[in-house]
Amino acid sequence: MIALLLRDLKLALRAGGGFGLGLAFFLIVTVLVPFSVGPQSSLLSTIAPGILWLGALLACLLSLDRLLALDWEDGSLDLLATAPLPLESVVTIKALAHWLTTGLPLVLAAPFLGVLLNLPVPGFSWLVISLLIGTPAMSVIGTFGAALTVGLKRGGLLLSLLVLPLYVPTLIFGAEVARRGAMGMETQTPLLMLAGITAATIALLPFASAAVLRINLR
Amino acid sequence: MSIAAKANALWEYANPRKFLATSERVMPFFWITSIACIVVGLIWGFFFTPDDYKQGSTVKIIYLHVPAALMAINCWLMMLATSLVWLVRRHHVSALAARAAAPIGIVMTLIALATGAIWGQPMWGTWWAWDPRLTSFLILFLFYLGYVALWEAIEDPDTAADLTSVLCLVGSVFALLSRYAVNFWNQGLHQGASVMRAAAVTGADTEEKVSNIYFYPLLLCMIGFVLLFIALVLYRTGTEIRARRIKALLARERVNG
Amino acid sequence: MTLTVTDLAITRGGIPVLEGLSFTLPAGKALILRGPNGIGKTTLLRTLAGLQPPLQGRIEGAEDQIAYASHSDGLKPTLTVVENLNFWASVFGTQGIQPALDAFALNDLADRHAGNLSAGQKRRLGLARMLVTGRPIWMLDEPTVSLDQNAVKMFADAVRTHLGQGGSALIATHIDLGLDGEVLDVGPNKAKPKPIDDFDGGFL
Repeated sequence: MIALLLRDLKLALRAGGGFGLGLAFFLIVTVLVPFSVGPQSSLLSTIAPGILWLGALLACLLSLDRLLALDWEDGSLDLLATAPLPLESVVTIKALAHWLTTGLPLVLAAPFLGVLLNLPVPGFSWLVISLLIGTPAMSVIGTFGAALTVGLKRGGLLLSLLVLPLYVPTLIFGAEVARRGAMGMETQTPLLMLAGITAATIALLPFASAAVLRINLR
Repeated sequence: MSIAAKANALWEYANPRKFLATSERVMPFFWITSIACIVVGLIWGFFFTPDDYKQGSTVKIIYLHVPAALMAINCWLMMLATSLVWLVRRHHVSALAARAAAPIGIVMTLIALATGAIWGQPMWGTWWAWDPRLTSFLILFLFYLGYVALWEAIEDPDTAADLTSVLCLVGSVFALLSRYAVNFWNQGLHQGASVMRAAAVTGADTEEKVSNIYFYPLLLCMIGFVLLFIALVLYRTGTEIRARRIKALLARERVNG
Repeated sequence: MTLTVTDLAITRGGIPVLEGLSFTLPAGKALILRGPNGIGKTTLLRTLAGLQPPLQGRIEGAEDQIAYASHSDGLKPTLTVVENLNFWASVFGTQGIQPALDAFALNDLADRHAGNLSAGQKRRLGLARMLVTGRPIWMLDEPTVSLDQNAVKMFADAVRTHLGQGGSALIATHIDLGLDGEVLDVGPNKAKPKPIDDFDGGFL
């Protein structure tokens, strides 16, 4: 299992780009927002938590179609499926590798982009906390979407169509934590809901992803 | 006949040929009764009920709005049930019924959203508000879209049936989650689902409930929509079965060249 | 470790392609799979490897014994030869990739990135991967594509060594490898179309 994780991390680093692409996208989305809504700092600071969450979500979405597709194309998944490792662990590891290479960098970059959007000072810690809790769920849900569409030639757009509605609860609670935090309100309820969703998806969704992958490997 | 034997007899309809024969026999009944219920319900509702003292005649769109919304949700529930049957018992008709129902669900959701917007404009002064109920229906619409798109994208019919079934299961959980999330996110303008309460407390006529005068034609419309839905699903499932058979014949021709 | 297949029928995309297939593959033997293109050789190998369920029939002695290599090599171009092999060794819980490097003369290429190898060298690495899995039964789908004569000989030698150590192999190929084993021609097992009227069992 660790071998698979290490290999995926190594691949992400060496492919040169898989790593930085999501971050660059996050940066560009954030920079474009003031151009479209205007530079008033009061407006920007109101919408900053939501924009940052949306940007992180889209950046995450962008990298999903490579999550399983490469291993599918070169036949690695065939051999992995016949290996002693259960497919449930394979998809969990894949999701973890995706989070480490995409989700975590987004979490770390978010405060810097928060400065650009005039995020209120109390919001920074809540933004990081909410993203830290929420992005693993996005990786796990995304792995499910990637497993669903892995056999398709042009699955990228379909993948987005399938995954975006599944992201709704995470986005609502995650952005709500960041928004309430930025406004100095109590954040406990949405934070608990967000953590609950993440815990439940990590515990349950890999079974669905593995089942779907098995069907696709037939 | 014992209960177990009866249950077994039910599974016989999972046979495509048996299904086609039976559905063709019962379909005229569903078509006629559904159209009769809807026509009578709408005429009764539109012309023989008084205008609401507050909402005026706009209230009458309820006769389309509520039944459509009801079927939009029940259609997904039916797809969930047939998907489970496919995953557990692997009856092709079941998977095809789910596939056949999805576009009907999309149309019902669209009718509910459109009539809601037309009703909302005079009542709330806006075509659209991010009210929890409206938002939930929009999300339901997205789930339907994804489901249909996945069916269309996969060539192998059994793989498509398997994958869409799992998507339907997972999607149901997330749709429910979204419902709660959206409720939490915005406590909205939309009145609560008023029909069932009215049915439970017949005679009581308060502001929030649908009064009896409106209730009976509405009930007729709802029954009509349910029957219409059944007729449409039977009809479309028959079409799907025939399309599948043509596809299978063509594929066999290719293999046996 | 004997692989026994009894009255197997397999499907591709819901259409039966082969039926009534029975054979045994004892340890130390190779079985060469022959048949025209599109008859279902790849489907048969995937079914035996457990990647898809058979329509009917029994497969015994296959579970956790099979290493399956598809047309593609499962190699990562940005990893070196050693890294690629080490990865599969640890996934399958085996030790030591040196025998595999020796068998396919990959020692000189050990630190090269797989992406920089020639087609034939890649193929050799792909087969070395089979050795690394430690599984006794190899399922190879057209393993000699893009190998030159020398490499084909090397490949045949490696399979022979594997057989000598009590392994076995089921190989779909069109060329003669000079291995000790029988030829299984699946041509006669082509699934016969059912009568058109037989609609009740499903859609055909």
